[in-house]
Amino acid sequence: MEVLNEIRFTMPALSVNESAARAVVSSFLIQADPTVEELSDIRTAVSEAVTNAVVHGYRRSRGNIEMTVKLLPGREVYIRIKDRGCGIEDVDKAMQPLFTTAPEEERSGLGFSVMESFMDRLSVKSAVGKGTTVVMRRRLGGDEG
Amino acid sequence: MKVDIKCENGRAVAKLSGEIDHHTSKEIRTQLDRYIITAQPSELTIDLRNITFMDSSGIGLIMGRSKLLRECGGRLEVHSPQPYIRRVLRLAGMERIVRIT
Repeated sequence: MEVLNEIRFTMPALSVNESAARAVVSSFLIQADPTVEELSDIRTAVSEAVTNAVVHGYRRSRGNIEMTVKLLPGREVYIRIKDRGCGIEDVDKAMQPLFTTAPEEERSGLGFSVMESFMDRLSVKSAVGKGTTVVMRRRLGGDEG
Repeated sequence: MKVDIKCENGRAVAKLSGEIDHHTSKEIRTQLDRYIITAQPSELTIDLRNITFMDSSGIGLIMGRSKLLRECGGRLEVHSPQPYIRRVLRLAGMERIVRIT
């Protein structure tokens, strides 16, 4: 995979870092001059993935979340969000709209639906006891410059 | 994040400002629930015009307050979401649960 630019950011899985992750991805992508709507979509998808790691991945443990953002040729944005938490037993079930294991926290179960809707591609790989990796891609409009 | 609740002409309006995510929604939920349980308004409007970011945590927040208000005999409305936040609300089918103006 040819990479034009890349940033890696590691943060403790604390809810206060959800906004930090959004700020990092916004700052990095400014160089690609995305539209307001594109940046809003990507920020929202990142927020959902990081929140999933905080709420579900590290529900009973502490650890870090690793975020990698790459700018690829053809104005494509690649984002990987990885945790080494408890993992997801059934990824297909977890990705169903409105499915949540945290109703007491008023989680709507729409995190993966938002990621799917706001990004072009989404893949989720998970292993129980090892963690979850979410990869999302979104092609930006406009010229390559 | 700021929550400003005022009762005007018998209608309660909660003006929210800042960002709504999993982290901030806990404090907003606490403040709104305290008001709903204490004042038991017949109508509560959540004004989102000054919300600059909202993810699906905001959906859980709105659904939960709508449920609590119904249990208290009241009704929830959502007012003036920015176009991008309206998309998040639409994706969740919120227009079937609360009135969005």
